[in-house]
Amino acid sequence: MAITRADVEKVARLARLRLSEDELTSLTNELSQIVTYVDQLAEVDTDAVEPMTHAIELHNVFADDVVRPSLPREQALANAPSHNDQAYLVPPVLGD
Amino acid sequence: MSDSYKTIIGLEVHVQLATNSKLFCRCSTQFGAEPNTQTCPVCIGMPGSLPVMNRTAYQLALKTAVAINCEIPAFTKWDRKQYFYPDLPKGYQISQFDLPMSANGYLEISDEKEGRFEPKRIGITRAHLEDDAGKSIHDEVHGKADSQIDLNRTGTPLLEIVSEPDLRSSAEARAYLEELKLLLEYIGVSDCNMQEGSLRCDANVNLHLETENGKVATPIVEIKNMNSFRAVERAIDYEAERQYRVWQETGQRIGEAPKQTRGWDDASGKTLPQRSKEESSDYRYFPDPDLVPVLSTPEQVAEVRAALGELPASCRSRLSADHGLSPYDANVLVNQGRALLDYFFTTAKTCNDFKTTCNWVTQHVLRILKEQETTIEEFAVSALQLAELITATADGQLPKSRSKDAFEMMCAEKIDVATAIDRLGIEQVDESALVALCQELLATNPKIVADVQAGKQQAVGSLIGQAKKKNPNVDPGRFRELCLELVAKM
Repeated sequence: MAITRADVEKVARLARLRLSEDELTSLTNELSQIVTYVDQLAEVDTDAVEPMTHAIELHNVFADDVVRPSLPREQALANAPSHNDQAYLVPPVLGD
Repeated sequence: MSDSYKTIIGLEVHVQLATNSKLFCRCSTQFGAEPNTQTCPVCIGMPGSLPVMNRTAYQLALKTAVAINCEIPAFTKWDRKQYFYPDLPKGYQISQFDLPMSANGYLEISDEKEGRFEPKRIGITRAHLEDDAGKSIHDEVHGKADSQIDLNRTGTPLLEIVSEPDLRSSAEARAYLEELKLLLEYIGVSDCNMQEGSLRCDANVNLHLETENGKVATPIVEIKNMNSFRAVERAIDYEAERQYRVWQETGQRIGEAPKQTRGWDDASGKTLPQRSKEESSDYRYFPDPDLVPVLSTPEQVAEVRAALGELPASCRSRLSADHGLSPYDANVLVNQGRALLDYFFTTAKTCNDFKTTCNWVTQHVLRILKEQETTIEEFAVSALQLAELITATADGQLPKSRSKDAFEMMCAEKIDVATAIDRLGIEQVDESALVALCQELLATNPKIVADVQAGKQQAVGSLIGQAKKKNPNVDPGRFRELCLELVAKM
């Protein structure tokens, strides 16, 4: 499966990455190589293999519903580029 | 105009499950705390933090899924749904994509009150467990100042219940929501408080039209921002008419325009286009590597089903089939919620008269609850006291004509029926005294006797008034019978 320039543009937009023309070109190349490499796996016959959804054989791991202390607010907000001591501040969100 | 198209509606309901702590961390879910005081590295998406699923949240989700008749697969897993939004600190929501915890359920709806639609079964596509986002607090003037983000709600357990597009009118949509809310409250999985956002609803709406060239469907619109059941009804009605207008103008069909999201504006009574999320359908789901799958056996599901208790639908049919109540009355009682129904059953079983209890509860108890703006839990007359009142009336200890007075006094003064009878000075008037009073009044009112003899039975009414003046304890019904009997013998 070949990766097109349009694919890279789309994925970049979804990840909010701004790429230059040169970067688009080189990434299209690199991603294509990676995908082609992974495509080799498709050659393995997996008809008799159950699809796996998880790398480890664990299931039903639960915690009890007991409240524990949360972070102090000043710590929670400490890394925010902008806050007003109560809430994170972000550029105006229009509409919904 | 309405007969030229069919409105096709599917609802997505988000229910906050009643846990103490969040879905994947142990921060409190308490509503109304100071902003950003209920967060931790897990729910605000700090690198290296690991989510662990809340057992109670999963159990409540499973209980709900079973109650809405869903199939529970043996294997379920959680996935990351990626999108960027300021109230989503992880950059993804933990949700369920291809292997949800439940699917293929249904809910039955009817309109006993107004009969606007026939009883019908609404399919439920799936119900899956996911975490909630935070809240954005926008400036009064849009776009003028920064938005504030409160992440207290981030990570609260939500069950998303997706219906099939089986609903055909706003009345059906409302009935579905009311029945779902009632059910959720019966099984105690959520407080369903719409003001606090514990129950949220989005609607997918489009039209099916019959044209000369066959059936045509209009593009699907998702409506958001509906904060009450009334808003859902109004938004659907508005949207159906709007889509019909747009169809007449543009002839645009499903597939010819992208799915649109519109927000309901309650003040103007309109749906308004929302900024379409670019490539919004491209969430790039993949299995969350931090969470392990959940397996359940048919035995475990059967246990959950057995522990559900009686659900509203079967309560209604039991009340009419086993206890002779009309479907209408059964509906009124059941729709008041579990607490009122428990009250009703306690009274009815104690006095062993379901119909009379139903009359008292639906006519008097509900009226007083409404007048006093109170709940059945705080109601002055207990279920057993109401049963005593009904029994006392049946025994003749309390004349029917005075039972409402006694009830009002019991409500006002929080006393039992014996005390009320005592305070009202009610004594049973024995038959011989009643006969004597009757004879006395007939003797002093020859004109009335003549009227009755001439066939005007209602003339006795004025004698009843006189009798009650002489003795307020006179049972008017029995007195009337006696008068007529005595006149007939004259």
